[in-house]
Amino acid sequence: MACIEARGLRKVYGTTIALDGIDLRVKEGRILGLIGPNGAGKTTALDAILGLTSYEGELKVLGRDPWNSRDQLMCDVSFIADVAVLPRWIRVSQMLDYVAGVHPRFDRAKAEGFLAKTTIKRASKVRQLSKGMVAQLHLALVMAIDAKLLVLDEPTLGLDILYRKQFYDSLLNDYFDRSRTIVVTTHQVEEIQDVLTDLMFIDRGRIVLECSMEEFDARYVEVMVHPEHVEAARALKPIHERLVFGRNVLLFDHVDRDQLAALGDVRRPSIADLFVALMGKEESR
Amino acid sequence: MTAQPNPRPLFSGNREANGLSYYGAPTRPLYWSVWRELWENRSIYIAPLIVAAVQVVGFAISAIGLAERRRGVLLLEPAKQRALIEQPYDLAAMMMIFTMFIVGVFYCLDALHGERRDRSILFWKSLPVSDLTTVLSKALIPLAVLPVISFALVVCVQVIMMLETSVVLIFHGMSPATTWTLIPFFQNWATLLYGLAVIAIWHAPIYGWLLLVSGWARRATFLWAVLPLIAIQIFEKITFGTSYFGLFIKHRVMGFAPNAFDFRGHANPTIDSLAQLTPGKYLSSPGLWIGLVVAVAFLAAAVRLRRYRGPL
Repeated sequence: MACIEARGLRKVYGTTIALDGIDLRVKEGRILGLIGPNGAGKTTALDAILGLTSYEGELKVLGRDPWNSRDQLMCDVSFIADVAVLPRWIRVSQMLDYVAGVHPRFDRAKAEGFLAKTTIKRASKVRQLSKGMVAQLHLALVMAIDAKLLVLDEPTLGLDILYRKQFYDSLLNDYFDRSRTIVVTTHQVEEIQDVLTDLMFIDRGRIVLECSMEEFDARYVEVMVHPEHVEAARALKPIHERLVFGRNVLLFDHVDRDQLAALGDVRRPSIADLFVALMGKEESR
Repeated sequence: MTAQPNPRPLFSGNREANGLSYYGAPTRPLYWSVWRELWENRSIYIAPLIVAAVQVVGFAISAIGLAERRRGVLLLEPAKQRALIEQPYDLAAMMMIFTMFIVGVFYCLDALHGERRDRSILFWKSLPVSDLTTVLSKALIPLAVLPVISFALVVCVQVIMMLETSVVLIFHGMSPATTWTLIPFFQNWATLLYGLAVIAIWHAPIYGWLLLVSGWARRATFLWAVLPLIAIQIFEKITFGTSYFGLFIKHRVMGFAPNAFDFRGHANPTIDSLAQLTPGKYLSSPGLWIGLVVAVAFLAAAVRLRRYRGPL
């Protein structure tokens, strides 16, 4: 069964089309990165998946209609928006009491175990914690919930690089297994490149690219072209070209790797580079 | 609310052993949501506690001249003796009820607004707690929690006041028994309990309205809750020269009294015996039931609204 299945998912705010009829299918055990510029519709898509907003079209998350059964769906879905959503007045111990009291899949001992690895005190209020500690607390809560789907919307926004690295490391080592699914949006694309199994670019409410990371690696090749081969390389129709320290770096889609190796140094493109290439094309259209 | 298709098991099993992908621990969302409200809004118990402390201290100071006054009181006829000795105790109860109302009003105005203002609604909505449970837990604060707190505090305050009186009287070589025998404490506490319940359900539509406004308004919840009521009164006065709406509002705030109690035509309403409590008349008054229907409608609207509401 697909974890998330959407057909013709559409959401209009007044005259703004946030989601323009997207089709989506996320299988169990995947880590999907939802990448797009600001205002592309990422958060609207996540809100629809979480039952936080109404929508047109069909949407099933773990076989349920999110808008009509949010509270039941949340037994199986966890969600971290950004670090600012934990109530500032609550104490860490109260937070543990509350989540343990309302969530049937919350393992309090597990959460305590995660917290023991941090410097967070049980008696502290959230407002007394640093931004990084709030993120650690939220992550500890979420990782102690035996959910099938975890949705992360800019989970590391505003955190320093140490906390960001730690965040994804904990997630992969202590939480993720093949029975869970993770959907993540972030602007810090380079940090999650090696974490993802699937990639989706979204722009102006539409899906621009949808592929697995295996496909990504097979399809896209970046070449730092030797100056004498620039013309030959351009003839192979790169999808993007940029200058790095005076050298031409060309990005190719579906071009034979050996052929490209003869023209310069071949390497794996970053998601960010592909994003710029594809979105730039969108802009100029 | 739709029924859960697969009722979750009551007792958690070993996940690895039985191979189930989930275990279900028994949960009590409403219970914990009420606690949540108490953690967030400490004024629910701190404000009444402060009032209680002020009452105790104030009464202690007034007890300086108590012996003198008591001698004078004891010269009066018994009915007047009781009225005078009881007066500060009744006043303490009245002040607590008034405090409860004020705290309830301001609590409700913020209850569904605060979580949107600080964006924590996104966190609360990420937990398996329905909007109905959330709104109910918030409505239970003025309808049940505040009356219980008020009752407990009034009883404590009155006991302390009685002890203060006794100590002062004994110190002056008088018998403290006049206080104990003249004031029927248990009867008064029964009356208080009845009165708190009567007031809470009579005021239910007021709290429902305030919760609805706090879930709806983007800012200035107090103005949104109060200004329309004033506007209607002004409109009515200017257009028709009448003030029925004002009477209607007054009836909603104070109208419980003539139905729930029989004051026996006294101008100064006093309750001397439990026979003056008229729950039958109260429960058969249309004002109560119309109010409850309206309260349910407001709360249902607040539940529905919360589903659509995100952070401000």
